[in-house]
Amino acid sequence: MAHGHKLEIFRGLVKFKSNTQKIWGVLAFLTFITAIEVVLGIIKPVSMTDTYFLGMKVLNWIFIILTLVKAYYIAWDFMHLRDEKPSLRRAIVWTPIFLVIYLVFILLVEADYIYNVYKDGFVSWNF
Amino acid sequence: MNSTVTTGAETSVWGGGNQPLGASYGKLMMWFFLVSDALTFSGFLAAYGFSRFKFIETWPIADEVFTHVPFFHGNYPMIYVAFMTFILIMSSVTMVLAVDAGHKMKKNAVIWYMFATIIGGAIFVGSQAWEWGTFIKGDHGALETKGGRILQFVKADSGERASLSDFAITIPDERVEHERKNGVWFYQEKALTSFSLNEVIEGFKADPNILIRTELINEEGEKTLLDRQASLLKLADATQVVEGANLIHNEYGSRLFADFFFFITGFHGFHVFSGVVINIIIFFNVILGTYERRGHYEMVEKIGLYWHFVDLVWVFVFTFFYLV
Repeated sequence: MAHGHKLEIFRGLVKFKSNTQKIWGVLAFLTFITAIEVVLGIIKPVSMTDTYFLGMKVLNWIFIILTLVKAYYIAWDFMHLRDEKPSLRRAIVWTPIFLVIYLVFILLVEADYIYNVYKDGFVSWNF
Repeated sequence: MNSTVTTGAETSVWGGGNQPLGASYGKLMMWFFLVSDALTFSGFLAAYGFSRFKFIETWPIADEVFTHVPFFHGNYPMIYVAFMTFILIMSSVTMVLAVDAGHKMKKNAVIWYMFATIIGGAIFVGSQAWEWGTFIKGDHGALETKGGRILQFVKADSGERASLSDFAITIPDERVEHERKNGVWFYQEKALTSFSLNEVIEGFKADPNILIRTELINEEGEKTLLDRQASLLKLADATQVVEGANLIHNEYGSRLFADFFFFITGFHGFHVFSGVVINIIIFFNVILGTYERRGHYEMVEKIGLYWHFVDLVWVFVFTFFYLV
């Protein structure tokens, strides 16, 4: 890249002096998030496994959101999407996001339907 | 007379050498590949979600499946996978440092950072292989019923999992493994399990401390434990002993779990492996000074994109296979 790197993350909250420093900063952040995930995964706080949001445990929502946060920083800072033109960035990011949301929605709704068929049907699956 | 009016600006736009999205041809093609590969992985993970939602009540709990750490005995759920995740993120960092050093044309720094990246990738692939091996070998052993459900065993007093060897008794019998050399025709059977079904059943009846755990997940999010009476009744359904996991039988629970595990982590592991190979090729090119002569290290940047992508996919695999 001939042009320079954008050296701030968290919308300008944290600024770095050089690209190398930014890389280490992002590593620290990613490690921190992974540590949170692992600790939550081992402890499994009851308050988070008992409450449901949109049919899924709050804990699982937290895992998914943290994963997306990690993915964002890997793509933006390690893969330099932050420094690419917005047009390229949008083409790369929104295409899969749109298709994945569509696919996941269809498959999960269908799977839930099949689950109910198995559950309420007159065929025994556990013998 | 020429009907086209040519201005200086148009010549420079259509004259070639332009980069419409500000990215070079090679990088753009790498992004094309990565987006399509991302969709492939999404397809796999969505299919995993489909099967999981379909069998939401009986799906294995990952914490109980992946509990081993090399060289340590005991129950350490998630620790090793977290370590693998960290290794991969770390090798991503050295990769991005290599790219950065490449921009500054520091050949030696690129060499060392790429070397570190290759080592990290190799450790990850090795860990993955070890994890596969542990998963295939199995842990405690289980029984499979006629309907394909898995029955696992638990010690009533401590609540710990009981291995087949903890309670199965040895009944001398004539059953020997049929080998290729003994047959009239050249077929052989699968290796016999370390205990026969009969030995497990008799051992279970003799030891009142053993209970059966079914696949069904109860309201507390744990597998349902049957009492002694129900366990004995359930035992009558068992048709075979299962040790370890493969594509057909899986002692940890739903066989689809094993199928997806092999398929998704295998596909990802193959990506890491290819990444390591391509990294090695480019590593030698850097040493030979190919990119120094070319005047830029864009090739390092392209393999870097691929390598980060592999890391990115692992972040999702980690979440959906091990955490959620």
